[in-house]
Amino acid sequence: MITAGIDVGAKTIKVVLLDGGKILAKTSVLAGFETEQSVEEAYKEALAKAGIERSAVGKVGATGAGRKAVAFAQTVVTEVSADAQGAVFLHPSARTVIDVGAEEGRGIKTNADGKVVDFAVNEKCAAGAGAFTESMARALEVTLAQFGDISLKSNKSIPMNAQCTVFAESEVVSLIHSNTSKEDIARAVHDAIASRISAMVRRVGLEQDVILVGGVAYNIGFLDSIKRTLGIENVVVPQDPEYVGALGAAVVAGAAGN
Amino acid sequence: MATLTKYPTEPLKCWNKAKELRLKYYKDYAECKQRGGIRWSGGAWAMDAIPAGLGDDVYTLTSEPYAASVAFDPKLNAECQSAADAKGWSRDLCSYMRTYWGSMYVNKYAFGGEFPKPDFAFQTQICCSHHKWYQHVAEYKQIPYFTIDVSVGLYKDVDEGRIAYVVNQMQESIPWLEKVTGRKFDDEKFIAAVNNECRTTSLWAEVCTLNKAVPAPLEEKTMYALYVLATLSKHSKEFGDFYEELRDEVKDRIARGIAAVSTERCRLITDTQPPWSYLSMYRYMEKYGAVSVGSLYTFALEGVFADQPDGSWGPRPTPEQLGIKIRTREEALRIYADWNLSKPEWQHFYDPQIKTDIMLRMVKEFKLNGVILHLNRGCEGLSKGIMENRLGLVKAGVPVMTYEGNMGDEKEMDYPRTLSRIDSFMESLGFNKLEN
Ligand code: SF4
Repeated sequence: MITAGIDVGAKTIKVVLLDGGKILAKTSVLAGFETEQSVEEAYKEALAKAGIERSAVGKVGATGAGRKAVAFAQTVVTEVSADAQGAVFLHPSARTVIDVGAEEGRGIKTNADGKVVDFAVNEKCAAGAGAFTESMARALEVTLAQFGDISLKSNKSIPMNAQCTVFAESEVVSLIHSNTSKEDIARAVHDAIASRISAMVRRVGLEQDVILVGGVAYNIGFLDSIKRTLGIENVVVPQDPEYVGALGAAVVAGAAGN
Repeated sequence: MATLTKYPTEPLKCWNKAKELRLKYYKDYAECKQRGGIRWSGGAWAMDAIPAGLGDDVYTLTSEPYAASVAFDPKLNAECQSAADAKGWSRDLCSYMRTYWGSMYVNKYAFGGEFPKPDFAFQTQICCSHHKWYQHVAEYKQIPYFTIDVSVGLYKDVDEGRIAYVVNQMQESIPWLEKVTGRKFDDEKFIAAVNNECRTTSLWAEVCTLNKAVPAPLEEKTMYALYVLATLSKHSKEFGDFYEELRDEVKDRIARGIAAVSTERCRLITDTQPPWSYLSMYRYMEKYGAVSVGSLYTFALEGVFADQPDGSWGPRPTPEQLGIKIRTREEALRIYADWNLSKPEWQHFYDPQIKTDIMLRMVKEFKLNGVILHLNRGCEGLSKGIMENRLGLVKAGVPVMTYEGNMGDEKEMDYPRTLSRIDSFMESLGFNKLEN
């Protein structure tokens, strides 16, 4: 049976079409203001990419903060469950899932079936999330991709307040004024986020394999920092990490009874 | 698909009476001066049976429940919090204390009119905020103030020396009360008040224990309107009588299989004060058939518990139930000190492990599926060690959800995110929404 997973995030809507163990198509569109319309657009695009009709999809699953916008979904799950399912689907030995999205960072402990055993999510402050990296990159006047790259060039550890985006930004400004290099500042920012995320991971209990999903997984500076703060060599980054939630929603839809 | 059991449910008959008693309490406090009465203010843990020895026309305003009442009025609450900010008080102080002070600064009483000035303040000290709270009230309002330090350690370690430390302070408070009010202390009234307090707090513990029944006859949101009476005036005979009526009604509900929530299938407890402006989260949980059957906070803030002969957790037998007749002031003070020092909610001030152990006991005896912990930024006293509690529960295999908030300052809560966290928690426990 072909199933669809739709992840309605704060910034983008992602769709994955799944046929048993095979991914048929992935699409992503900006969420915009008319979420239902954007969902429709993303879904149609995915169907076209896979070359199938709407009627060929047996089940639709939705996830993400705006999951209610998928009126035609038969199953609806939270991002936490979808992440765990998607991660275990891609990497069956994954037991810890780290998801750093635009507004939320999560540490999830899963079992071999992709069932959530425990989870921790950052509180209302965005400092543990991707939006924080973006705002810090802006403060340094570099692109997000450059921000990751340059931090690898630093080998200095500068402690930074990771509790609050506003305080951290003012700290970055102080560092700029004290002529700290962009490389060192970028690493300090990644270390600070990684330290918050790894606290969440430790709260639920670190168990290997660890898989990093969500858009921030593309950031090689953050990847380096999270490995260091967790004290592990291997953190798995799947292909297209930002689609793991949508994939999980498709898996859940497929597993749901008729 | 498994069929869902639907239990019969019906409203609590004595619900309106609880609300009336509460409103009368606040009104009496505001109006008692017109009738020549005395009013004093102190914490919900103040030894209120002692000022009861001054006469039947002595009225209290307990500050924590008062601040919780203010929290129900978002406009007034914001005004009070801002007034506390304007005085330079830090945001991380006890939010109840900030609200109470704010209400005093803006001179507005949550139940109408001006903030009624107490004749004196009478307080106990176990949380670091307690004494300072009323030191400031006393200075600001220019009123006399007495504090009794009750932080003598775990009840299991309490010996005669520690009891004497508390009793001696209570003894000293009596001539002080006589001096500041110009009234003669009546030992008989005091002895009656001690007996009433033991009865009220034991009865409340009994009501809570009854919630071990499946389905639960009460759920926590309702219990907030019931437990509050003991926080207002523990020694009140009227409130003791109400709890007796409530106990009988709850027993009757159990006998007839009446549930608080008809779709109960997941039993939880919470912890510490809830975010008062967002009690609708309890109704949200019910969409999953999840019922919070109580919390250490709701049960044991005032409820006095003890091990029962069968080893379970239940109400501590009162001196009267044990056939002890209190004859003198000294006997009454000793019993009163001992009774209060055994309060479960006082124990974890010394060691978070105690709280974890009580919660684990609750998980077992109340047949729970999980625990929700409120990382309450507004109360350092009861939130102390809460992540240790989480760890202890998780290690014992109990699913735990945490969320951050503040009992008295709604600005510190992200409600939609908390609901989404409840969704994730419910999913991880294997429950789907029954309705939307
Ligand atoms: S225990 Fe909590 S509510 Fe009570 S005084 Fe201390 S901080 Fe305030």
